[in-house]
Amino acid sequence: MTQSITQNHFELFGLPAQFSIDLDKLNQQYRKVQSEVHPDRFAAASGAERLKSMQLATQANEAYQTLKHPTSRARYLLQLHGIDTQEDTNTAMPGDFLMLQMEWREAMEEATDARDIDALERLLAEMRKTGRQFQQDLQQQLDENRAFEEASGTVRKLSFIDKVQADVEQTISKLEDA
Amino acid sequence: MAYSDKVLDHYENPRNVGTLDKNDPHVGTGMVGAPACGDVMKLQIKVNDSGIIEDAKFKTYGCGSAIASSSLVTEWLKGKSLDEAAQIKNSAIAEELALPPVKIHCSVLAEDAIKAAVADLKAKQTDKEVA
Repeated sequence: MTQSITQNHFELFGLPAQFSIDLDKLNQQYRKVQSEVHPDRFAAASGAERLKSMQLATQANEAYQTLKHPTSRARYLLQLHGIDTQEDTNTAMPGDFLMLQMEWREAMEEATDARDIDALERLLAEMRKTGRQFQQDLQQQLDENRAFEEASGTVRKLSFIDKVQADVEQTISKLEDA
Repeated sequence: MAYSDKVLDHYENPRNVGTLDKNDPHVGTGMVGAPACGDVMKLQIKVNDSGIIEDAKFKTYGCGSAIASSSLVTEWLKGKSLDEAAQIKNSAIAEELALPPVKIHCSVLAEDAIKAAVADLKAKQTDKEVA
């Protein structure tokens, strides 16, 4: 095993530590690492080797899940730079952003009451568009300007959008099933 | 997870849901959000000429604990001065509602919303004095 549990998630997959990543390469590298460290291959190895393969398999899983999603990838990258995104504690968000969240929640409530799936789909499309915009901001803030504090604020916004988007998706599938 | 009776009571019969005119010089508006759970809370207070809070309204999108926390504080705020209001602590909210540790952040959200509303109102009043 050339992998080590002291490698960070990017190093584990041989990827540059940046926000923009090649998702195909991530998928490829993940499968490669998973097959190399799979505990089945170490059934006859020493206890220490078996333990290491198990730890690495777990780490590879976690690393893959973290890097696959833009929000968690950005959060992790900031952690590597020593920055906590404070998603549990920092409640001060820009007023216009919170206003938009309020409007989305209201629109979602109205559309749900009216069982208007089309309106919910439109809302979802708008959320996805806004989310993509924030991902572009992150690319600039993290990879180009190294503006980490600013990026931390963008991660908090994106985290909001992920949640509201998941709520709308869930509502749509509930209405479709009904 | 089981909600306490007090949370359920506020959740099912929320007090003071609504909106005050945010352009009224006697109204302070605080908006806060919790990225981790996507909750968004708007809290508004209205003071009389002696600086005592005579009305409070809220609008919260979030879990039962977040709604109960904001509902509870609108009740507590009435009759208080701005300085007294700003002293309301999340621990008191959490204790009153018997919030479990994972829901403490909902009470933090309510405390931060009060602080933001008080700050908004104080800023408005300072502007008026300057003008």
